[in-house]
Amino acid sequence: MSTIPLEHAGNEEPWRLPSRGVVAMASLITAESAIFTIFVTAYLYYIGRDVTGPTPREVLEIPVFGTVCLLSSSGFIILAERAIERAKMAAFTGWWAFTMLLGGIFLTDTAYEWYKLIVHDHLTISTNLFGTCFYSLVGLHASHVIVGLIMMSVVLVFALGRRVHPEHAERVKVLAMYWHFVDGVWVVVFSVVYIIGR
Amino acid sequence: MMSSCTAWGATSSTSIFSTLSTPAREVNHLAYFVLVICALILIGVSVLLIYSLVRYRARVGENTEPPQVFGSVQIELAWTIIPVLIIIILFLGTARVLFSVQDARKPASAVDVIVVGHQFWWEFRYPQYNVTTANELHVPVSNPAFSRPTFMKLTSADVIHSFWVPNLAGKTDLLPNRVNEMWIDPQQTGLYLGQCAQFCGMEHAKMLLRVYVDSPEQFQQWIASQQKAQNEVAVTMPASLTALNPGGGKKGTPSPNSPVTRMEAAAQLVQQVNAHNGKLVFEQQACINCHTVAGTVANGRYGPDLTHLMSRETLAAGAMPNTPENLKKWIDDPDIFKPGSLMPAMHLTDRQNAQITAYLLTLK
Amino acid sequence: MGTDTPGIPIGGGIEAGIDRTRPYATRGTYLEVIHSWIVTVDHKKLGILYISYALVFLLVAGVEALMIRVQLFFPHNNFVSPATFNRLFTMHGTTMVFLVGMPILFGFGNYLVPLMVGARDMAFPRLNAFSFWISAFAGLLLYYSFIGGVGLSGTGSAPDVAWFAYAPLTERAFSPGHSTDYWAVAILASGIGSIGTAINIIATVFCMRCKGMTLLRIPLLPWLYATMSFLTLITISPLTAAQAMLIIDRYLGGHFFDTQAGGSAILWAHFFWIFGHPEVYVLVLPAFAFANEIIPVFSRKAIFGYPAMVSASVAIAFISTGVWAHHMFTIGMTSFGNAFFTLSTMLVSIPTGIKTFNWLATIWGGKIRFETPMLFSIAFLFQFVIAGLTGIMLSISAWNWQLHNSYFVVAHFHYVLVGAIVFMIFAAIYYWYPKMTGRMLDDRLGKWHFWLMVIGFHLTFDTMHFPGLLGMPRQIFTYEPDRGWTLLNQIVSVGGFIQAIAVLILVYNMVHSYFRGDEAGADPWDAWTLEWSIPSPPPPYNFATDPVVASRRPLWDLKHPEDPDSAFE
Repeated sequence: MSTIPLEHAGNEEPWRLPSRGVVAMASLITAESAIFTIFVTAYLYYIGRDVTGPTPREVLEIPVFGTVCLLSSSGFIILAERAIERAKMAAFTGWWAFTMLLGGIFLTDTAYEWYKLIVHDHLTISTNLFGTCFYSLVGLHASHVIVGLIMMSVVLVFALGRRVHPEHAERVKVLAMYWHFVDGVWVVVFSVVYIIGR
Repeated sequence: MMSSCTAWGATSSTSIFSTLSTPAREVNHLAYFVLVICALILIGVSVLLIYSLVRYRARVGENTEPPQVFGSVQIELAWTIIPVLIIIILFLGTARVLFSVQDARKPASAVDVIVVGHQFWWEFRYPQYNVTTANELHVPVSNPAFSRPTFMKLTSADVIHSFWVPNLAGKTDLLPNRVNEMWIDPQQTGLYLGQCAQFCGMEHAKMLLRVYVDSPEQFQQWIASQQKAQNEVAVTMPASLTALNPGGGKKGTPSPNSPVTRMEAAAQLVQQVNAHNGKLVFEQQACINCHTVAGTVANGRYGPDLTHLMSRETLAAGAMPNTPENLKKWIDDPDIFKPGSLMPAMHLTDRQNAQITAYLLTLK
Repeated sequence: MGTDTPGIPIGGGIEAGIDRTRPYATRGTYLEVIHSWIVTVDHKKLGILYISYALVFLLVAGVEALMIRVQLFFPHNNFVSPATFNRLFTMHGTTMVFLVGMPILFGFGNYLVPLMVGARDMAFPRLNAFSFWISAFAGLLLYYSFIGGVGLSGTGSAPDVAWFAYAPLTERAFSPGHSTDYWAVAILASGIGSIGTAINIIATVFCMRCKGMTLLRIPLLPWLYATMSFLTLITISPLTAAQAMLIIDRYLGGHFFDTQAGGSAILWAHFFWIFGHPEVYVLVLPAFAFANEIIPVFSRKAIFGYPAMVSASVAIAFISTGVWAHHMFTIGMTSFGNAFFTLSTMLVSIPTGIKTFNWLATIWGGKIRFETPMLFSIAFLFQFVIAGLTGIMLSISAWNWQLHNSYFVVAHFHYVLVGAIVFMIFAAIYYWYPKMTGRMLDDRLGKWHFWLMVIGFHLTFDTMHFPGLLGMPRQIFTYEPDRGWTLLNQIVSVGGFIQAIAVLILVYNMVHSYFRGDEAGADPWDAWTLEWSIPSPPPPYNFATDPVVASRRPLWDLKHPEDPDSAFE
């Protein structure tokens, strides 16, 4: 039966299917969003319910610089995507590396913040409810940034070795989707932790 | 059908169909209503199914295909809209009972009880009367002539439990760091049984409930007796030490009034198995750290209040009947009755055990 | 002529398209065969691995159930200790949901979805293999717990906190050993496998369809599996998050569920049931998928109302995400909260009712053949209606205050899980085993299996409603003799043993028929979807040439060129 041509068999238009990578990444993002939603829900529910310990208002400083870096990195990764679509591989490598740099700056900023909180303000994950929720949520996001940077560094290594070509644009796009997701989550986490929660 | 449900339900002391309190009764009527609707739906669908299986079975020798029917919008609409209507009816019926039971106003005559769940026993406090007891709840009967419901606030000292006495009301959970509320207005005196209905650990199955619905006079009497503290334990002491005759009259024994005789006599006194000595031993053991006996130094809150232990019919939240034998065995090794209960085996000597039991038996 | 598929009237010209490759025979030494199974990325082999793994755990969890039933045969029985009993019912529930239900349904999905959409494999074969092996590891880790801690006769450190592991019972203070840790870590790992397979199924259904197969032409099984996979993505994740929070509490000193620090016991319940309720729809949607394929074939009619079936299934998935607190009616929500969840739960019955009536309408006017898959499907229909009705009873929040956490609930969910889902799994086994192995299952044994299963199932689970109505709570290792529950418990236990015999007959049938069963051929049931157009068992590449379809029932079009579906769609 496989080879019998049938009369109405879609011969009229070319048969187009969505990209596997894009669909799979969208599904993964859906699942990860659900996980973040639960942590955010716990954070919101527990605002103001601490029995002891430092409160957000006392110890949290808004991480403006890190946030600007991370969110702008989304713009730069878009430039990288455009570059590879137009076969400008040098530009691609440049924008890609710059995106990673911004992500690295964000992580460093977070690390400094945590150092200050732990050593100076004595806020750890076990101090009180705020500590538990804060480190869990921000830490979950930071771990996603780290995973993203690791994947991006693999691409960077291949790009520097000139093994990345315009036909890989699709795969790069899938990875960029993940990076946009990580940035989008930061918008939510930032609002919940540093604006609503203080 | 309702009466046959009730009759069959009467075969069990904890049937949800034997309802003697308003919350349970309201729920019960709603339940009958829903049962009838569901039964009709089941009968309808079953008849259709059986009919189609019989009528449209393939006959032997047939090998043509039946006419292919792909769908019908009207039929789909019909069996969408009719269920929606049924659901509206069911929901409205439910909402009525739900709001009337859950949001009922507390009258001034209500008895307040605070219920605290523990692993694996129940603590009951009556703030209006300054009474604390355990495992067996006494409430006054409440009828239209003399409405006196009991309004309860429920919380937990450890994990989640659930208070369920089916004859009186649906269950309500007890959560730590949270107060839930429920009420009952039992309309007949008697004993009603229940148990914990949320898995709470090893002995969850043995966290039983007894609710005694008393007449107003009985309830007042019970309150009064529970309010008494247990101060001193009266015990008949011998008239003189010589009556003890420690030496036995043998040759060479010291005279009755010598210090040695007095010492031995005192030692014997203390070793006697009686309630007075039992209280001394009780107060020297770690018992007082977990248990309260009002009017004594024992003021621990971790275990059940023992002030009126002998006013209860069972021990260890219904694990066994409250008899001297059982009480002695329980103190010796709680794991015999309830392995996993949080009371440790105290490793007392037999004599200490007997003395403490004798003392506890006076806590009426 | 069409000797591969006896009894099918095949018109001229068709044979040229039929793949006559001999059924694929394995070659090589035992070691090579085993090696090929371990390194495989073939969706068919992985599907069979999932199914076999699940069947092994079905037997294990069944033994756990029988031990529970022996303990509950008499009040104050001493067959097992309280600690052991608590581990048994925790493991029984956890195993059945995560190590039997999910794997066997993902196994069938793995095997059938690519075939039904005309693809050569899943979208991501290596991810597929990874998902299986991490799930397998999770199961072994969970059962390893039996030999930790206090040793086997106290059954080690096996989880004993009930399958929903309520906090704060699971906090370090109240569960000091490792039993909770085994539960959290093993299920977390299996959740990762589930999400991987779900991503694979979605990508396959959307991106790997053969030419001509628009979304509204895919068979209902891939549709329902895609829906179930999407639901899995947003269902398993909350459980993963909650378990991560529990592990943070237990090992990093966190306070998520620590009521002393202001934490909330009710939050765990919310998070767990946000997972737990859609999870049961994840389990039931594949059962619906099997019914959607099997009932039409044995009624000899197309499924009634394909678009309505698709919409209803998607609606069920959506609505099921908004009903979770019907497991929490007694936990102390406001009356408005209780009312909302009553209404949302009742709403689920509307699309479910649509599906049930559509199945009835498919049977109506057909020519019903009562082969074993159809027998199980008919029982499914009847039992599913009853299960749905007791579900409606439980949705009545006020009545739920009496029924919650009693044996009525246990009876209801076993009615769905066994009476609907397991019965359809049995139907699917009889229906697709010929395709997977090339042999028919013995029909006489099949009928024995069916009737013993029906008798045992109804004896157990019809009766089980009544102790619940008489006040018997669940998860209790014994009960008092003065409550009137004893005889009922005994009847329930006897039914359990009858079901065990039925399942053993099935296992024997599956093994025996593999060696001695009748040869099945490509299309033993005269069915209409793409998997029946290739040999049994299929070659690794599935289709010799990529299929091209023009309707929802490609083989019907070929067998009935005078009356093809493509003329109507």
